[in-house]
Amino acid sequence: MKNTREKNWINYYFKSTSGIVGLILVSVMAALSLISAFSLAPIDPLEQNPINALQGPNSTYWFGTDQFGRDIFSRSIDGMRRSLSVAILSVSIAALAGVFLGVIGGFFGDWIDNVVVRSSDVIFAFPAILLALAIVNSLGNSWIDTSIAIAIVYTPIFIRVARGPVLTVKEMDYVKSVRVLGFSTPRILMRHVMPNVFAPIVVQIALSLSWAILTESGLSFLGLGTQPPDASLGLMVSEAQPLAALAWWALAFPSIFVTVVVVGLNLVGDGLRDALDPARRSSG
Amino acid sequence: MSKLLAVSNLSVVIAEDRRVLVDDVSFSIEPGEAVGVVGESGCGKTLSALSILGLLARGLKIGSGAIRYLGNDLLQSSDEELRSIRGNEIAMIYQDPMTALNPVMKLGDQLLEVLASHQNNITNPKKHVLEGFATVGIPDPKRAFDSYPHEFSGGMRQRVMIAMSLLLSPKLLIADEPTTALDVTIQRQILALVAKEQRRRNMSMLWITHDLGVVANLVDQVIVMYAGRIVEVGTVKEIFNSPRHPYTVGLLASLPASDSSKEKLASIPGAPPKPWQVGESCAFAPRCGKAEEICRSKRPELSGKTGSSVACFFPEGALR
Repeated sequence: MKNTREKNWINYYFKSTSGIVGLILVSVMAALSLISAFSLAPIDPLEQNPINALQGPNSTYWFGTDQFGRDIFSRSIDGMRRSLSVAILSVSIAALAGVFLGVIGGFFGDWIDNVVVRSSDVIFAFPAILLALAIVNSLGNSWIDTSIAIAIVYTPIFIRVARGPVLTVKEMDYVKSVRVLGFSTPRILMRHVMPNVFAPIVVQIALSLSWAILTESGLSFLGLGTQPPDASLGLMVSEAQPLAALAWWALAFPSIFVTVVVVGLNLVGDGLRDALDPARRSSG
Repeated sequence: MSKLLAVSNLSVVIAEDRRVLVDDVSFSIEPGEAVGVVGESGCGKTLSALSILGLLARGLKIGSGAIRYLGNDLLQSSDEELRSIRGNEIAMIYQDPMTALNPVMKLGDQLLEVLASHQNNITNPKKHVLEGFATVGIPDPKRAFDSYPHEFSGGMRQRVMIAMSLLLSPKLLIADEPTTALDVTIQRQILALVAKEQRRRNMSMLWITHDLGVVANLVDQVIVMYAGRIVEVGTVKEIFNSPRHPYTVGLLASLPASDSSKEKLASIPGAPPKPWQVGESCAFAPRCGKAEEICRSKRPELSGKTGSSVACFFPEGALR
């Protein structure tokens, strides 16, 4: 009987088609970026080879080459690595900060809650990409700066996702009854409130990863974030855009990579949502 | 005997506009004694109990009075002192066992949490919890330890709640309608279980209920509340055999008797007023058949020379 619950939700996850497909897509992309992270890419992504410029996909250059003769496959997986790093760092920061603030605000209410909610409303009032642009502009262009900018933009979402369930859970009898039993507030928060708001946060993490990748690509596309000659999916799309009629592959492959990973993460999010929501699996 | 708990002149008000919800409530509980608080919904029973634990909802506060536990005024105690009393010295069982357990934590872990929350000298917590399960009649304590709340029925969950409350052998157990959410046969088992544990541990109990029938066999003393005030206090015998307040009389008359199944149940016409709307009159006067001019212009105080104390100008059984 041990660990029935843990086993259950993993079992349920693998019963959903979207969950499985999403996990496969994301795993492939993650594996490719690992290849790049260990410098195992078939060709150096920065190496220029003007003689071979703008070649279509062939056996040497699987995805073809760009206008400087750089290998698009190697650049794509390098860009994917960059995008995933930024996404993971930024979502980690946003999730930690947002969940902390949301839980504190929701649980203690009063002025703390007001400060948290009003400040997140202010951030919400800006369009995501515009705010990220402004922050990147003032911080700098390194991948850590980009991550911080994206984290700030997505923190309010985590605040909302965490705060809502906390408002419900803190009024539940089991939280009241542990107060009656004399539990300390930190214990009530960590052991009795947090586990009950965990599911929506996990789902939000999966979805936010995909948004963060989109935002990172968007920033690079607009010329902020990753700077040439480094590879980035957004930057590659931006560079390939004027050549679209001439070399479709330079535009298509980075775009497909972004699409695949974003779709994959969304499917993972769907699968997690179904698996973690007891109401959707009550028959089991 | 020294008092375990003494509540004196307690009033609970809405912080914002100081409307009174519980007014001038005084009672005391001696070690090993069981006291029942009876009254309709909204008469202040639960608020009085929550005041004892210092757990009034936000927006409510104690207007005046004192709550002495073993001589210490709980209203003057710090949060940390109160916290160490809750669960340890004074425990409470709730109305609805279906929602009173954390759905994502194993029952055994939830009980271990209680031990971890308070200083104690229990050397083998797991064994203590398993014994706790066994005490409340849970058939397979080992299995219960590793179960989640949803695997248990309402009655079993209430047993778990009781085991949880008794884990640190509190001196006072407050039971806030512990059986309203259960079906009748389970009700009887749970009531018997709590009563048995109370006697065995010589624990004091405060039963809060709207059902006089529930407390009849369980308590020594009955407190009848109406619209935020105590209207009658007496031993169980006095209240059931010779009730003196017209409200108590009405409550008793509305209990179903086993030999009168065909008759229509008696009821008290009307509804109780809001405590703050009463003003200088007897709160029960509008629904009372015996009300006279004085009942509408003056508030009766709780008094009694023989038998129960009663807050009424024309108590039952008195010469007029």
